[in-house]
Amino acid sequence: MPRLSCWFIRAALIYLIAGFSLGALLLVQKASPIHPALWRLLPAHVEFLLFGWVAQLTMGVAYWILPRFRPAPVRGKQGLAWLAFGLLNTGVMLAAMAPVITAPPLVTLLGRSAEAGAALAFALHAWPRVKSTEVTLRRTT
Amino acid sequence: MPRLTRWFVKTALVYLVAALSVWIVEAAQTVLNLPLVIATLQPTYLHLFTVGWITQMIFGVAYWMFPRASRVRPRGSETLAAAVYGLINMGLVLRVIAELFRALRPGLVPDWLLTASALLQSLAGVCFVISIWGRVKEK
Repeated sequence: MPRLSCWFIRAALIYLIAGFSLGALLLVQKASPIHPALWRLLPAHVEFLLFGWVAQLTMGVAYWILPRFRPAPVRGKQGLAWLAFGLLNTGVMLAAMAPVITAPPLVTLLGRSAEAGAALAFALHAWPRVKSTEVTLRRTT
Repeated sequence: MPRLTRWFVKTALVYLVAALSVWIVEAAQTVLNLPLVIATLQPTYLHLFTVGWITQMIFGVAYWMFPRASRVRPRGSETLAAAVYGLINMGLVLRVIAELFRALRPGLVPDWLLTASALLQSLAGVCFVISIWGRVKEK
């Protein structure tokens, strides 16, 4: 597994624990209300699990497993994938924390923009790697 | 494919069908003028889909496909992974039951069922991370 995939997947696992813990807290709040302000954690719960966990894990596994190139660099434009990692995590934190600390809407906008930037960077990285491996095999035999 | 992965994946498929079936009922509520209480099933539907289907499928495939932990125990602790399977499903089923009764017959089931469901699911998350963390490694 390449180093960047380790970073993506470990970050995703941390978000899984964070998102599940917030979800558990909200479920307890639903059963026996602790404080109404806890509902402000709902966007963070969604953000952590949809983008921090699922989207990030998908990117990490895709970076690892999509067809590679010969000769090197075997995984193509790695800089774009690293950029996606940075943007995604910045975006998730901004978009998740904004409602919790009642930050101005601009912070949420910045977070969402960073997430969209991550999606674009990762798509640009992955696009050329979505190719037939059969052609490569036929050429080498 | 290891036995535990087969369990994860098959159960995930059951949740997928269940989630989309609940979605049909939810959509039919306005069309067929069904009881309004059905609309309260939305969180249940969402969690059947995101936890039961997506997350459980990821757990099962990761247990199968991630790099080996060691030659002796390639997939790490099978007991811990089985505990993840048990905890996540007990937690989710408990949530569905509790949410359903809270909507249909409030007060019939105790509130601690939801709390127990929350604890079981978050414990499943922690156990999964413990079981898989060592397998996320550079070649």
